[in-house]
Amino acid sequence: MPLLRVEDLHKRYGTEEVLRGVSLTVVKGETKVVIGPSGTGKSTLLRCINRLTEPDRGRVWLGDTEVTGKGTNLNRIRSQIGFVFQDFNLFTHLTALDNVRLGPLRVKGLGKKEATERAMAELARVGLADKAGAYPAELSGGQQQRVSIARALAMDPQLILFDEPTSALDPELIGEVLGVMVKLAEEGMTMIVVTHEMGFARSVADEIVFMERGVIVEQGSPEKMFRSPEVARTGDFLRKISELYGDAA
Amino acid sequence: MNLVFDWAWLPQLGRGLVLTVELTAACMALGALGGLVLALLRVYARGWLSPLYALASAYVHLFRGTPLLVQLMIVHFGLPNVGIVFTPFVSGLVAMALNTAAYQAEYFRGAIQSVKAGQMMAARSVGLTRLQAIRHVIIPQALRLVIPPWSNELIYMLKYSSIVYMVGAADLMGVGRTIAAKNFRFLELFLVVAAIYLAVVLLLTLTMRWVEKRLRVPGLGTSGRGA
Ligand SMILES: Nc1ncnc2c1ncn2[C@@H]1O[C@H](COP(=O)(O)OP(=O)(O)OP(=O)(O)O)[C@@H](O)[C@H]1O
Ligand SMILES: [Mg+2]
Repeated sequence: MPLLRVEDLHKRYGTEEVLRGVSLTVVKGETKVVIGPSGTGKSTLLRCINRLTEPDRGRVWLGDTEVTGKGTNLNRIRSQIGFVFQDFNLFTHLTALDNVRLGPLRVKGLGKKEATERAMAELARVGLADKAGAYPAELSGGQQQRVSIARALAMDPQLILFDEPTSALDPELIGEVLGVMVKLAEEGMTMIVVTHEMGFARSVADEIVFMERGVIVEQGSPEKMFRSPEVARTGDFLRKISELYGDAA
Repeated sequence: MNLVFDWAWLPQLGRGLVLTVELTAACMALGALGGLVLALLRVYARGWLSPLYALASAYVHLFRGTPLLVQLMIVHFGLPNVGIVFTPFVSGLVAMALNTAAYQAEYFRGAIQSVKAGQMMAARSVGLTRLQAIRHVIIPQALRLVIPPWSNELIYMLKYSSIVYMVGAADLMGVGRTIAAKNFRFLELFLVVAAIYLAVVLLLTLTMRWVEKRLRVPGLGTSGRGA
């Protein structure tokens, strides 16, 4: 059984139909990379999966729990789906440690000692144990994004959604964040990653999903998507994005 | 010109000052509580809670749209007509607390709304309930952002509390006026009263600046920008 099932998601903002029937499945341990032009609905798709945005139609299952079900405990579901934002969204008034510890304390209900240990372990996992006492504004963008990954990890999620995690970063800071994500993929974390980093997509993705104007145009292994896409637009987009962001090879 | 000063005035004025400070402190505390609740309702009460939003908005408009002095007169001289009688101090406290709650509500609302939208989204993505997010993420940030306008309101209310002499309270202003009415040293007494207000205002300004500094977090609010 797939870990995540998304069925026929629709979302409309005003007259603009942003998602026009998106379906996909993610199995445990899989890394799925979502690519596509700006304004295509990639962020909306991720936010509909944990219902940070309410979809108009369609269904989402996490394991055998229907996320979109009426009686679903949404907060509980969300605590099992990590979310990493493009602009980090670390809690400004809290130190790195408190950012990571808040969920374990308030959502998981761990005691202070246990939550602290948990948070410190996750900070160490992203290489930031020495920054536990720093406020977000005292950290570089790359460090902030790693803290936000630690914040997601501290909830022990079944799945993490990454929405362009490196797009807000200076080029020299992208590597440290991708490094953490590669490590997570190797450790078997299940992830959906929206990104323009084609090097990452090529080497880490189990499957690449190409979205355009609210629908999935094509999906497949990196091999297939880069070498012999079935749809011409997939190839065009991959070429364009590889030129823009480097890593054409 | 011949100015006369009598040290014997000071103990009496001091007692008046104590009442002024008590009145201001109490109305600011009650106003902060009420203002925070009003602000939260104005920002977050939607859907089935929207009647509360409407009530809170009406309250704020009503109390910001009418003079504090009129509100005080209604409380002290109007309410006895329907059988509600307060002492001068309580009347002053009630009117001032009701009034400052409306102003503080607007300051809190501004502060809450200047917390970035991504903060709420991130909190919900971790699994916090809306109330938990408000309590642990939004309010702690909003409280820091509200310190500068709140300090202004504090100083404003301290000075404005001088109107309670009009309902017979023995506050700093009231005591000064009473002494002056006896010995006709109006200029001297009101100058001394003004000097005492000024001293307290300066003290409060410095205190609030210190509080703001103590609670400052890098990256939050004007003072932390660029840190
Ligand atoms: N809260 C919102 N209200 C109104 N319109 C929205 C909202 N969020 C997104 N949209 C619109 O929906 C469309 C899809 O947005 P979305 O952010 O999902 O695209 P995206 O594929 O993530 O793009 P990008 O690569 O620029 O991040 C855009 O046209 C956007 O303007
Ligand atoms: Mg996006």
